[in-house]
Amino acid sequence: MSVWEYIVDLFVNIRTDWIEWLQGFNLASSLIILLDSLIGIILMLIFVFPIVIIFIWLERRFIAWMQLRPGPNRCGPFGLLQPIADAIKTLIKELIMPAKGDKLVHWLAPVVLFFSGLMLFAVIPIGKGHLGALADLNIGILYIVAIGSLSVTAIFMAGWSSNNKFALLGAMRAVAQLVSYEVPMVLSIVGVVLIVGSLQMSEIVGQQSYPFILVQPLGCFIFFIGAMAELNRSPMDQIEAESELTTGYFTEYSGMKFATFFLGEYIGTLAIATIVTTLFLGGWKGPFLPVWFWFVFKVFAVFLVILWMRATLIRVRIDQIMAFSWKFLLPMALINIFITAAEVLIWDKWMSGWESFPWPFIFVNWAIAVVLILLWSKIFFKLGGGRVEVGEVRPGYSQGYGADLQAPVS
Amino acid sequence: MELEAQPFVINFGPSHPSTHGVFRLRTILDGEVIVDVEPIFGYLHRGIEKLAEGRTYVQNIPFTDRLDYLASMTANHGYVLAVEKLAGIEVPERAEYLRVIMSELMRISSHLMAIGFLTNELGAMMTPLLYMYREREKILDLFEMVCGQRLTYNYMRFGGVSHDIPREFLPAVKKFVREMPGFIDEYDQLLKENEIVLARTKGVGILPADVAINYSVSGPMLRASGVKWDIRKDDPYSVYDRFDFDIPTGSAGDIYDRYRQRIEEMRQSVRILEQAIQQIPPGEVCAKVPSLLRPPKGEVYARIEAPKGELGYYLVSDGSIAPYRFRVRPPALINLGVLRYMSRGWKIGDLITIFGSVDICVAEVDR
Repeated sequence: MSVWEYIVDLFVNIRTDWIEWLQGFNLASSLIILLDSLIGIILMLIFVFPIVIIFIWLERRFIAWMQLRPGPNRCGPFGLLQPIADAIKTLIKELIMPAKGDKLVHWLAPVVLFFSGLMLFAVIPIGKGHLGALADLNIGILYIVAIGSLSVTAIFMAGWSSNNKFALLGAMRAVAQLVSYEVPMVLSIVGVVLIVGSLQMSEIVGQQSYPFILVQPLGCFIFFIGAMAELNRSPMDQIEAESELTTGYFTEYSGMKFATFFLGEYIGTLAIATIVTTLFLGGWKGPFLPVWFWFVFKVFAVFLVILWMRATLIRVRIDQIMAFSWKFLLPMALINIFITAAEVLIWDKWMSGWESFPWPFIFVNWAIAVVLILLWSKIFFKLGGGRVEVGEVRPGYSQGYGADLQAPVS
Repeated sequence: MELEAQPFVINFGPSHPSTHGVFRLRTILDGEVIVDVEPIFGYLHRGIEKLAEGRTYVQNIPFTDRLDYLASMTANHGYVLAVEKLAGIEVPERAEYLRVIMSELMRISSHLMAIGFLTNELGAMMTPLLYMYREREKILDLFEMVCGQRLTYNYMRFGGVSHDIPREFLPAVKKFVREMPGFIDEYDQLLKENEIVLARTKGVGILPADVAINYSVSGPMLRASGVKWDIRKDDPYSVYDRFDFDIPTGSAGDIYDRYRQRIEEMRQSVRILEQAIQQIPPGEVCAKVPSLLRPPKGEVYARIEAPKGELGYYLVSDGSIAPYRFRVRPPALINLGVLRYMSRGWKIGDLITIFGSVDICVAEVDR
């Protein structure tokens, strides 16, 4: 095997060699699996953390560039050392605990968010075959959906334990928003699963001789929007909503706890970017260059789109965001499942199989996607909500400037 | 069993990202819905009105800079106008033109900040604000060229302005006037027909014309509600009667109309600037006024159209070197009175944007 061939599929080759080397010792097979996952986890962390640090740097530089300002440029060349400087700064800050908060939950929340984000990477293939992912589960997608929804728990824990009204409001918004967006997100994946006929991530990438965004434009669109909401990224950053709730659920966090939250969010962003890459953009597949290069390249492309949206769009109101999920994304996702199912049936019955390039369906699906989005946004879907009639406030609540809240008059 | 329900009271401020300074909104919520809101201010009170009674008339000009620091030139303008009316001072023509140029530049700059911060409160990640800062920097450069200051100018004097403009000032203004409409179009491209902007601002925080008049609202907020009232036209001061400009008005009186109103007013300000730099005559920039002014006994009220509304100064003179009473009619404070009417029944996000669309400057509210 030449050096180039080794580099092309670095992750898989290192793991293969490691397993072969271990087998030479005549160990129990369970121990080999354990040691194999150990090296897999180390390789995964080597993959995740540098990219997260680059993400943090890139976010600030890229948005600065879009906003006509230089951005961080003091620490190292092009401000590359800025994330490290930030990390040191947050590490030496005092840990503040709200007086009447729930200490254990307050401490646990960032840990849950951090690890639920990190666990997603277990099933994401960054190399060929079954060894490409750390654990190539046969229910890979289901695992992602299940672990991905853990972040709601973490956010609600943070908001509840802070004993702060802003944090509580943010947490309440989080539960409403994230649970709503989970539904269209999961349904949009079903289209891909129908085409592939498997929930296994390696199988999904293996069958993408062309990126699935070509036959699943609507699914990709819905999944991406849902993912933006899951990540609390602008324009769906209701949960943080800086101008309204200061920073929402992590208002009371400082020091290392805050840094863990911050890092957890970026790990979540990276996870979503890798999932979009795997499901819709062909994963590690690409010509000539090493597979890990293609993977990272696509992940960064997705991340830049997320940043672009963040720098351009303004925030949607909370009732509009909920309406958008239930009245716009959900029907679209259902229609997408129906169309995909029909196409799979047609293809299986009359044509030779999904391995070849399905030209007719690409045109049909793109046309349907464009027409549906236009129709739904112009005709069927009106952002509802607006003003609610409120009665006069009962006397005693708001009398005089600075008057403290009085007990309700019963 | 009936559970005892307590109202959810939340304080936005005194230190909050979108309160434009130290300001507090005491809000009673029902879930996300605003049941009641009570603005509480005074955290930035410096007693300017009282301090002014102990200082001479000229010494009070820097105080007016510190009222609305986003529009100090117009604050200067209103005060010198009041003192001139009190003492009967004639102002040379060139000085009047300079005052108009400065006031209109200030208006553009203040409106830019108003729209920029409004988009920030709508949830934009600073992008529109930073684009607007780009043009504001140009205006501040112009002011720096004239008086050496970038925030508190202390430029106007009784009987004129403190000193004449440098030679390169008018060409620089000409260049700015030529470029500015293009930049306004650029903001429109980003915001005017943006679906999310429309969804967030159309029909939100409606202020009907009769309510606006009853609450004594003035400035862009009043005009956005459809009332054609602009002191520059209806009670002309300085040389505003010599320029050809329109008063744009809105119709619905919602946040979107207030944002459009400010954009249209910037366009009109550019028109006034265009004419002013062509018409500006040579000559003196300041009349001969004694340095220790002793206006005759009496009282006076002078008002101008400041970027935020009707800025009035009420002065009482007892014939001494200091005013007996110095009273400011702060447009931002009076416009704020209508906040409760506009925001009840809307959501938290709307409260913040309605508050932003009022465009207050806490230094002026508290004085």
